[in-house]
Amino acid sequence: MSPDWPVLSVTIFLPLAGALLIFLQRGDDEATKRNARYIALWTTLVTFFISLFLVAGFDRSIADFQFVESYPWLGGTFRYQVGIDGISLPLLILTTFLMPISILASFGVEKRVREYMIAFLILEVLMVGTFAALDLVLFYVFFEGGLIPMFLIIGIWGGARRVYATFKFFLYTLAGSVLMLLAIMAMYWQAGTTDIPTLLKHGFPAGLQNWLFLAFLASFAVKLPMWPVHTWLPDAHVEAPTAGSVILAAILLKLGGYGFLRFSLPMFPDASEFFAPLMFTLSVVAIIYTSLVALMQEDIKKLIAYSSVAHMGFVTMGMFTLTEEGVQGALFQMVSHGLVSGALFLCVGVIYDRMHTREIAAYGGLVNRMPIYAAVFMIFTLANVGLPGTSGFVGEFLTLLAAFKVNTWVAFFATTGVILSACYALWLYRKVIFGQLEKPALKDILDLNPREVAVFVPLILLTILFGVWPGPVLDTSAAAVAALVRDVQSALAPAASSLVQLR
Amino acid sequence: MVQAIVFLPLIGFLIAGLFGRQIGARGASLVTSGLLVVIALLSWVMFVDVGFFGNEARVRLFTWIAAGGLQVDWALRVDSLVAVMLVVVTNVSALVHIYSIGYMADDPHQPRFFAYLSLFTFAMLMLVTADNLVQLFFGWEGVGLASYLLIGFWYLKPEANAAAIKAFVVNRVGDFGFALGIFAVFLMTGSVAYDTIFAEASTLTGKTMTFLSWQFDALTVICLLLFVGAMGKSAQLLLHTWLPDAMEGPTPVSALIHAATMVTAGVFMVARLSPLFELAPIALGVVVFVGATTAFFAATVGLVQNDIKRVVAYSTCSQLGYMFVAMGVGAYSVGMFHLFTHAAFKALLFLGSGSVIHAMHHEQDMRRMGGLARHIPFTYAMMVVGTLALTGFPLTAGFFSKDAIIEAAFAGHSVVAQYGFWLLVIAAALTSFYSWRLIFLTFHGASRVDHHTLEHVHESPPTMTVPLAFLALGAIVLGIGFKGVFTSEAGIVDFFRDSLFSAHGHKILEEMHHVPTWVVAAPTVMMLGGFVVAYWFYIHDPELPRRLARRHRTLYLFLLNKWYFDELYDFLFVEPAKRIGRFLWKRGDGWLIDGFGPDGVSARVIDVTRGVVRLQTGYLYHYAFVMLIGIAALITWFLVRGGIVG
Repeated sequence: MSPDWPVLSVTIFLPLAGALLIFLQRGDDEATKRNARYIALWTTLVTFFISLFLVAGFDRSIADFQFVESYPWLGGTFRYQVGIDGISLPLLILTTFLMPISILASFGVEKRVREYMIAFLILEVLMVGTFAALDLVLFYVFFEGGLIPMFLIIGIWGGARRVYATFKFFLYTLAGSVLMLLAIMAMYWQAGTTDIPTLLKHGFPAGLQNWLFLAFLASFAVKLPMWPVHTWLPDAHVEAPTAGSVILAAILLKLGGYGFLRFSLPMFPDASEFFAPLMFTLSVVAIIYTSLVALMQEDIKKLIAYSSVAHMGFVTMGMFTLTEEGVQGALFQMVSHGLVSGALFLCVGVIYDRMHTREIAAYGGLVNRMPIYAAVFMIFTLANVGLPGTSGFVGEFLTLLAAFKVNTWVAFFATTGVILSACYALWLYRKVIFGQLEKPALKDILDLNPREVAVFVPLILLTILFGVWPGPVLDTSAAAVAALVRDVQSALAPAASSLVQLR
Repeated sequence: MVQAIVFLPLIGFLIAGLFGRQIGARGASLVTSGLLVVIALLSWVMFVDVGFFGNEARVRLFTWIAAGGLQVDWALRVDSLVAVMLVVVTNVSALVHIYSIGYMADDPHQPRFFAYLSLFTFAMLMLVTADNLVQLFFGWEGVGLASYLLIGFWYLKPEANAAAIKAFVVNRVGDFGFALGIFAVFLMTGSVAYDTIFAEASTLTGKTMTFLSWQFDALTVICLLLFVGAMGKSAQLLLHTWLPDAMEGPTPVSALIHAATMVTAGVFMVARLSPLFELAPIALGVVVFVGATTAFFAATVGLVQNDIKRVVAYSTCSQLGYMFVAMGVGAYSVGMFHLFTHAAFKALLFLGSGSVIHAMHHEQDMRRMGGLARHIPFTYAMMVVGTLALTGFPLTAGFFSKDAIIEAAFAGHSVVAQYGFWLLVIAAALTSFYSWRLIFLTFHGASRVDHHTLEHVHESPPTMTVPLAFLALGAIVLGIGFKGVFTSEAGIVDFFRDSLFSAHGHKILEEMHHVPTWVVAAPTVMMLGGFVVAYWFYIHDPELPRRLARRHRTLYLFLLNKWYFDELYDFLFVEPAKRIGRFLWKRGDGWLIDGFGPDGVSARVIDVTRGVVRLQTGYLYHYAFVMLIGIAALITWFLVRGGIVG
């Protein structure tokens, strides 16, 4: 079912109109700042509202792409082609949902407000575009383009060491981008098209698959990030402004995971199976290694950043089980992590705005002055440790369940992550929230204001709703994931599965 | 009706939690307690209806998780086994709610306290009424959360915060095993729903599964993994360390969570999954071994503790071991019987201790008590009733349930059951000793209370004493009243029916009634022995314990320091984890990855570009530039190639 107006393109490009409107505002006085904020907020809200048409019109029983729009582009060699399926839709909605929240959380920004809002709106265009793109070149443009506004956001509105952080970010992603670009060229050379639906059915020769897989891995692994190319993330998070951290953790990391699901698994099934043991190893190392590192952090944002890496380990582990439970779990984990880590960075932002420090030791006893904040932070801490009844549980459970089917060692070591996450998350909570309020600087700290409450309430509701009833996400993705897994397995069927013997 | 029982506490939690400020302490306590009283009454109706009239309830609410082959529903299931748990949970919870009105009267955070209590009750009810393993896990971690929140309720105290985290983390270690057990069940049966896995269980006997590259008997692996979860929640040896520390929480919490309900979840789990455990004899042997060892170990530590609540806590740990022994020898209903009576008399002992602590203005050290019987006679009487029931004085509740476990262990025949029998008999003597020691140190002898406190020692208000009276009544009559239901074969046939499964047709219940007379008499003799020694030590010759402690200093310190488990775990797990974490961070991330990755590269780049480009303005354009060139090259290449092809 396709409506008679291009819903998807409107969703992608509407924020650009908002950005233009802000750009037309002149001056640097308070009124301009206020206008910029409200234009950005309303633009993202309307975009979110329009994206809900996608949900309403989406046929969950179909695995194919829907809302497809296709126009010739760049002289006809490529096409501007967009569309969504059950894998991209949840992530797309996550993006449009989190944007207004991030904008609202940024109302306290005073420095170059116009440019800030424009950067975020352009970022939204590029992120939504990435999830919707059905042409390899279009995907690449959106995928890589999204980094530019993010560099700017960290580089201009970031903290003291922002230059170092952006630089590190740049080096890592550059390496990945170049390799992915080469792979894209090779794929065009091989298949004669950059049309993603066609490529999905193409069936690359097994030898080439391995090289293409590795080239895409270079880019996606950095983005996700996987161990050992994760070290840019803690620095980037620490220096990014709050909303930047939220978008970085919630959406930009998911581009890597989405890439695996859109390209690596379906297009290179033999390679995916061949490299699955490597992916499992990296995932498990990520879960345990970064959890242990998180235990020792002295900076709140760094701790949450390391915990993000550990949670992304569950995503890669789930995907490469090549089972429905695992892939569904991985996708759900991405959505859930988007909500929870986004909310955790917002939580840090609340106290950072007040105290201008992220050092754990600078806090303590906040519950005495900020009971509402303490409750909010508690909910997201629990979701972060994967308590059943919060969204964090479903993804971890499904990915571990699937991993156990494939290889009990992987499941065994990965499950230790649930113990370690409880250690670092509750320890952080205790140090920041509980105890006597002794630090003189904290004596006058204020609890959440209505704007901040408005930021958190939708996140809390969704975290608990998806924890109790993950159906909206799981049912949306079910058909597409089932088709994906079926195609991968049928491509593998001739060769005996090597994983089964590894158990 | 079952929906009302399960969800009213959730409503209470939401009201007290969200609107606590509006309705105030009084409103919050009345709303939550009122709802609990209602469901406590409903649960008795349910108990009769389900147990005696056989009207089991199955309510499917809605789908929770459906992905691939996994289907998990939210569902409520009440059969006779669950009906017993409902009665225990709701009644103790209702009494504890009411008791807390008095106990927490001066606390500024009462709405939060009552909200947590109701949250706990909700999670516990979800746990017992679960119809599949994942919902059981939901309740399991839910009660763990409530326990964490309530242990750390007085968040200003660093010890309380530490104890709360310890409880959560140690339970997570247990849950680690539990989760793996669920995965294994799903792998072998393709389902997590009780009905399906119980039906499949018999087809699994003799099957093997690969776990960590080894071939094992599938059911043994499944049951042992699940039992690790039970060990965590029920504070059995190796995973017991959190329970004594959990006493940092308010005393009503200790009574509800750490004596009567949550800690018995592990026992309940084994009974619930009896169709699996019955077919895994090795796993049952482990259950007996762990239970008996814990019963003995915890009793020895209880001998020398000075904190009144810690004595009761170790006693709980020990009594849970008794229940596991009953489960392990296949006498599930007997284990449930002890769970049932223990809930009453252990809650009584905890709330009684709470009454003492309340009277003493939060003094918990028995070395600073003594002679309190005169000042708080009602509490004293209640504590004596609880002690009689715990030690198994004839005709009290413990006499029937505890002695039945010892007889069942003897009737168990296997070597490990005999091991269990002897350790339980010894533990019975130790139990009697430490329980009477508590009574004598607290209520008898010369007063060691300082003057200031003594002037204010007072009996507790009715909100506290009335629940005590109810529990005391239970501690006396529950044993004799429900003996037939729990310890006879007829009870299984008429009451429990299919809710408990035995591969041998519950033969053990028959055999335990034919054990030799000396076995029947053993626990009572042990109980009297323990009493006499305690009397000798603490009334007749109060100097004797101190002399003994001096003479056997190593042994005394060994017991006082709880067999040094905390120190051992610190050395084995906590410190290494911290060291490894720091090492990986500084050396792994900082030196290795960054050093050879971005920092190394950037150092080279800086060498080259120093003085030419100012990096902090150049990098963005560099990046955009590289990308543009890339795209331009790509497009040119495509166009050229496309032109040739076309």
